[in-house]
Amino acid sequence: MSATDQSRPPQPPQQRQPAGAGPGADIEEKAPSRLVPVWRFTVAVLRMPSGLFGVLVMLGFVVLALACPLFIHPSDLSVTQATGPLLASPRHGYLLGTDPAGRSVLTLVLWGSRTSLAIGVMATALTMVLGATIGLLAGHFQGHVGRLLMHVTDWFIALPSLPLAIALAAVLGQGAASITIAIGVTSWTGTARLVRAQTLAVEARPFIERARALGATDTQLITRQVLPNVMPLILVSSTLTVASAILSEATLTFLGLGDPTSVSWGSLLNNAFMQGAVTAGAWWYLVPPGIAILVIVLGFTLVGRAVEHVLNARVQPR
Amino acid sequence: MTARATDPSPSRRTPGELLLDVRGLTVTYRSGRDSVFAARGVDIALAPGETLGMAGESGSGKTTVAMSLLRLLPADALVTGEIRFHGEDLLQANWARMRSVRWAEASVVFQGAMSALNPVRSVGDQIVEPILLHEKVGEKAARARARDLLDSVGVPSRRVGSYPHELSGGQRQRVMMAMALACDPDLLIADEPTTALDVIVQAQILTLLTDLVRERGISLIMISHDLSVLASTCDRIAVMYAGRLVETGPSRQVIGSPLHPYSRALAGAFPTLGDPASRLAPGGLPGDPPDLRERIDGCPFAPRCPEVEERCRSGEVPLLELEGGRAAACLHAPGYDQGRDRAVSRG
Amino acid sequence: MSVGVQLDAPAVSGPEEAPERSEFWVYLARKVGAAIVSFVMLLVVGFVIFSLIPSDPVSALTRGRPTSDAQMNHLRAQLGLDKPLWERFLTFVGHTVTGNLGYSYEYHQSVSSLIADRLWPTLLLMGTSTLISIWLGMWLGIRAGWNPGSVLDRSASAVSLALWSVPTFWLGLILLVVFGSGSVGGIPAIFPAGGLQTQGTAGGLAPSHILDVGWHLVLPCLTLVAVIFAQYVTIMRSSIIDERGNPYLLTARAKGLRDEVVRRRHAVPNALLPSVTVIFLQVGGMIGGAITVEVVYSWPGLGYLTFTALRIPDLQLLEGTFIVFSAAVIICNLIADLLYRALDPRVRRQ
Repeated sequence: MSATDQSRPPQPPQQRQPAGAGPGADIEEKAPSRLVPVWRFTVAVLRMPSGLFGVLVMLGFVVLALACPLFIHPSDLSVTQATGPLLASPRHGYLLGTDPAGRSVLTLVLWGSRTSLAIGVMATALTMVLGATIGLLAGHFQGHVGRLLMHVTDWFIALPSLPLAIALAAVLGQGAASITIAIGVTSWTGTARLVRAQTLAVEARPFIERARALGATDTQLITRQVLPNVMPLILVSSTLTVASAILSEATLTFLGLGDPTSVSWGSLLNNAFMQGAVTAGAWWYLVPPGIAILVIVLGFTLVGRAVEHVLNARVQPR
Repeated sequence: MTARATDPSPSRRTPGELLLDVRGLTVTYRSGRDSVFAARGVDIALAPGETLGMAGESGSGKTTVAMSLLRLLPADALVTGEIRFHGEDLLQANWARMRSVRWAEASVVFQGAMSALNPVRSVGDQIVEPILLHEKVGEKAARARARDLLDSVGVPSRRVGSYPHELSGGQRQRVMMAMALACDPDLLIADEPTTALDVIVQAQILTLLTDLVRERGISLIMISHDLSVLASTCDRIAVMYAGRLVETGPSRQVIGSPLHPYSRALAGAFPTLGDPASRLAPGGLPGDPPDLRERIDGCPFAPRCPEVEERCRSGEVPLLELEGGRAAACLHAPGYDQGRDRAVSRG
Repeated sequence: MSVGVQLDAPAVSGPEEAPERSEFWVYLARKVGAAIVSFVMLLVVGFVIFSLIPSDPVSALTRGRPTSDAQMNHLRAQLGLDKPLWERFLTFVGHTVTGNLGYSYEYHQSVSSLIADRLWPTLLLMGTSTLISIWLGMWLGIRAGWNPGSVLDRSASAVSLALWSVPTFWLGLILLVVFGSGSVGGIPAIFPAGGLQTQGTAGGLAPSHILDVGWHLVLPCLTLVAVIFAQYVTIMRSSIIDERGNPYLLTARAKGLRDEVVRRRHAVPNALLPSVTVIFLQVGGMIGGAITVEVVYSWPGLGYLTFTALRIPDLQLLEGTFIVFSAAVIICNLIADLLYRALDPRVRRQ
């Protein structure tokens, strides 16, 4: 679940394999094998057109975000030092026009990728840690603890995510940290459920019983036996989570919860909205941030799907 | 010339007399790059009022053949051959014609009546549906007919408004039969009508079925993996294995003195109703049916056959007609070698 | 012609129907009980967020307003901030259950009356959007699921994915700037630039008022539908795909029915059953969309109220809207559970 109105991406036309099938699983009952070589896996993902597109987008995004400081000066972003015409439509020199302060929209959109990337990654990390921990614990300890955790998870899913995120971010104050926490708290349930299902599947296999009989403690079991088998699922889940985290960040920032001084796609749209770009018809200020979000989110979603597809194809050979 | 399931002797049957005349029925599925032959070169001839049982284990192709008669297989199934019903080749018919033949001239009693009936509509609605579709009667008349049908199969007509889950297994099967008879078909195809019913109910259903088709002069094709069930209801039996016919003949003889080793195993695998001794010695079959994707050289039953010889494993072993209106596809069947020589010399 | 006595016993007789009805009440009690527990948990969460996390609620309340220390102390006593935690929580529960959700200093109105005022525009927006999305989702989803992998199916999926990948508010902004501003590419402002109604129009149920509101409703509704209909397409599509494998459909085909009739009369009613309940379960996800749409279009509903509360920030108001939204989801989930039970003749019997 994300902190927006959109909970999960719509399913693709091909039949979905159950996620609990267990990527990297063996048919025979021996100790879990190491994952298939990463190289072959990557190639398989890249062979799918959706995977290729997604990976290119992801890489481009990361490269651009990191490389921005090389060609964008602080003066380009400063409201006071901007030199362009105010809220001008695109013309030579300003590919995407200018904002009400005279800054180049193109520069702003490029710079905004940094905040979006940062918050997207951090929120995803938080979500993964929270969700995986709870999922592992709920799946491993199947008694009262497990059931309690499941009830809490199920109950949490029922809470509407955007109001909850707004409430959290509001009391924690404006800023990137509160947005990150808000997104983490509202998104962990999906991961927790997936991880729990996978943990149950993994723990049903004989090698776990053997390890237990040999005296392994709970911690050892979880970290050494279960976690490696659950990792692939977590990775797949994380790409989809980044996508929804970026959407959530945009929404929360648009509503005014972000850091007012930092430039992000959400804040650009917030500024546009607050400063009357709509009535002025300044479409060049409104369209690019949204397109950027669309492309990035699509990219991550497609990668996640391609990875899922490849992992499932290995489990059920056709 | 290969024999057909049900002609007592080739000379006595003329194509014009037959209700159903199937020749060379072959059903192929494409699975990736392979072709799966679910049925191969099956011939069936059925006269009006005749009953034919089709026996074999799951995967033998009997359900595939039965479903293909009304072209009820999924769209990716390739069906070739001829299916002449009332003289008309159904494989060449267009879909509108097909839909008008379905149920009105030939209907089906499916297995597993719980899932073959729509769970959210009353049984009365489901019986009335084909009547309204195929006949020019009004709603009221159709409903009255539905009640009569329920009575004729032994279900109280006041249950006409019940939902499938409110009825017992036996009652549901009766409802399926009432439904199948709704438009007075000439042919009834019953696919494992007694599976999942207990023995007493099984007997009742079989008696009901036999009585109904005899009263109305309906031809019956019954499919079952249980030879004893077929023995009590059918005039003739055809045994299928790996998509092919391996033996045909009058039912008492096929069960009493089977010519093909597979029929022998089938006959031994199930205790005969009413014969306590047979319960103690069913003949289980080791091994699995062959993979239908591969071209099979020789007799398909060779890997599991207790009487297999070297010559069984190569060359074709087709179904040949033998004496007494029987046919078998086994080199060890009495009269088989002579029959083959005769066929070869006829060219 | 009867065929003798039937020996197999009927499955349902008179005496067996009585337990069925009492089972329903047990089921109802269980589900309502669970809903109450959820509500209590919700209050706990609300309390934690709004009363525990902020270090000093009073300064948050009076932010931006010159307040003397005496006034702040008075407020603290009024809010019971000096009392022990559990007492504060119980007071909070008591207040909430009796409808006292606090007081908004910004609006000079009680929170509950504010919410009551803004409730119907949100219901109007969400209700209309849901109905349209269901209809659209059903139409598209059924056809897409009946022939999986077809052109229709794949394009529906692609469009759904694209619409999911953009923020709702951005879609709203684009629609607004294109159709509501009159300043883009010569397209006139066909629809108003926001708000619920034009200033000065007669209120109440006058036809002109209804039309005016409807005219204002078009763009917000369109935006919300664009984002949520994809979920209904997915629901209907997977329902139909699940039904497709069922044997009773083969029976229907064997009867000689045409493909559309098989789909319409047999598959769809069975597929609809789980879908109806899922629709209620979707409400939670829709609330976020409604909030952003109301903000973009200045639609004076609960979402817009939340937004203005955010900007002040008015914590009491935020808490009130948070509780109302979450309680609405709990109620919808309860309705979904009961509906499923009521609709499925098979489940009813269990």
